Amino acid sequence: MNEQEDRLVHLLASMEEDEALTLAKRMLLEEKQDPLRVLELCREAMDIVGKKFEEGEYFLPELVLAGEMLEQIGAVAKPLIDTSATGARRHGRVLIGTVHGDLHDIGKNIVTFMLDINGFEVKDIGVDVPIKTFIQEIHDFKPQVVGLSGFLTLAFDSMKETIAAFDNEGIRSGFNVMIGGGQIDETVRAYTGADAFGVNAVEAVDLCRKWLGVAR
Amino acid sequence: MNEPVTMPKVESKHDARWQRILDCVALRQPDRMPVAMYATFWFAKYGGISNKELMYDYDKTAAITERAVLEFEPDAIAPLFSSAALGRVLEATDFKQLQWPGHGVGDHQPYQYLDREYMKPEEFGALVRDPTAFYLNQYLPRVMGIFEGFDQFPALPGMFYLRAINGLRPLAQPALRESLKRVLAAAEEVDRYMTLGTQWNRRLMAQGFPLINGSNTGAPYDVLADYFRGAKGMMKDLFRNKDKLLEAIDVMRVNLTRMTIANAKAAAHPIVFIPIHWAPDAFMSKKQFEEFWWPSFRQMMLDMIQADLIPMPLWESDCTKRLEIIRDIPPGKCIYWFERTDLIKAHEVLGDVVALRGNLSPSMMTTGTPAEVDAAVRNLVDNVWNKGGKLILDTAFGIPDETPVENVRAMFDAARRYAG
Repeated sequence: MNEQEDRLVHLLASMEEDEALTLAKRMLLEEKQDPLRVLELCREAMDIVGKKFEEGEYFLPELVLAGEMLEQIGAVAKPLIDTSATGARRHGRVLIGTVHGDLHDIGKNIVTFMLDINGFEVKDIGVDVPIKTFIQEIHDFKPQVVGLSGFLTLAFDSMKETIAAFDNEGIRSGFNVMIGGGQIDETVRAYTGADAFGVNAVEAVDLCRKWLGVAR
Repeated sequence: MNEPVTMPKVESKHDARWQRILDCVALRQPDRMPVAMYATFWFAKYGGISNKELMYDYDKTAAITERAVLEFEPDAIAPLFSSAALGRVLEATDFKQLQWPGHGVGDHQPYQYLDREYMKPEEFGALVRDPTAFYLNQYLPRVMGIFEGFDQFPALPGMFYLRAINGLRPLAQPALRESLKRVLAAAEEVDRYMTLGTQWNRRLMAQGFPLINGSNTGAPYDVLADYFRGAKGMMKDLFRNKDKLLEAIDVMRVNLTRMTIANAKAAAHPIVFIPIHWAPDAFMSKKQFEEFWWPSFRQMMLDMIQADLIPMPLWESDCTKRLEIIRDIPPGKCIYWFERTDLIKAHEVLGDVVALRGNLSPSMMTTGTPAEVDAAVRNLVDNVWNKGGKLILDTAFGIPDETPVENVRAMFDAARRYAG
């Protein structure tokens, strides 16, 4: 990594948004550097952000800003990319959504972001997701992990019903189910029949790594 | 208009129960561990009606909430009618920040907040410079449909003499006139709802059940984050708009404190309920908490205490890492209600400073058995109450909507069995 590349990674990982964006745009638009290389640098920076989050140095605000910076650089870089050259390696597919009856999405969005920067292909199907939508998406996307999110206590029953429907459809053995959200604990996991629960995005990433055999 | 609210003459059961709460606040030992009752949509389950009926049917809701209080005989109760029967005022104001039964969610679902950006980052200046104008022209029209014409409401500062007369002209415009009519109609419904709430409170007090809070408010950071900037916007502001954010938090603090004290005085009740949303350990670093969150709230609590009020923040989620910081308030003046923070740990850190409230877990209350509830109460009695903690027993954040009635019964029975 040359000095300029090193600096971009450092600026992104240190939340220096203005300077990071200025440098990234200069590299892409003025210096015509390889956009795939710039995105690779972004990924490296996000690795650092993710580690700092795991270590308790960064919190939700840093993840949100990191996501914003990534999105802004992506918006500049992606039109410059020869689409035939894309297709980064991914560890596996994770389908995620907030169960029916619940409209909350902050926790789900953070989990989606953390899984994405950790190399998983994530499909986020939104909030208040009906059971039949989950089942349809599972058929289409073929995830190895399904994440059910919920903040309200009503989500306990929605999760239980959703997981029971996976059983009834005979598709349950094709993937692992993890649940998460403000009130989720082992009691709720046992009640819903999920394979595991996580109290934060780091635990969600760890579960997916474990299930998909990804080394840390 | 409402008649002035005064404390009614009440029988001694009320006073004995109220004394338990005051003893806890003052860090004195009460004669037994008090148990508080707060719930919203659980009353629909309890009364066998839909969430929609609970929100809209004033008579049924008043009767069901009263019946529950009489059945369980708590030592203190939240203003239960007012927190449940919101449907008509939400509809009358065309409220935009919630979805509720019949308005975005089904008849058996609870209302849910819509996290949106209700104030843009470039509007910090307008909010700080002239909060009233910002409310009239921008904020209120965004959060209540009845204010839609108020974007035309004239700017008042700068008016003088005959210019003050000319300045009235926008009030004659059709959109603003229509809006004013809707506001007046909504205000009548709000008055009716609040009058019924006051009557309910007084009826229950007269039967011996004190309110555990007469009014509620929010923390400056939380109000700005939740109801103005939105979660994502506020988290970005921590980096992009630091100085403006701190300035706005301070303006919010001043206005909130003034309104909080006025509302508590009007309710003739010293305890103010303050649900806390953005303090949890996971939501920001210690440094961010100490810079952006805590100073304004601490000052607000100090000002409330100065005005003879008793702040009762409900620290949502897990705030274990904040305990040492939020300890920094005068002893014997507050009730700290914790949602997921371990109360045993909270007692260790805060037991000589504040009364504690909580915190039977929602997952256990909804999916557990009465025996499990009994064991959880006993655990709190053994490890908090019997160790000198001034504990007001309650659930983590009100009785969860789906809780079986027998689990609620188990909570009250266990409290009496193990702690008087």
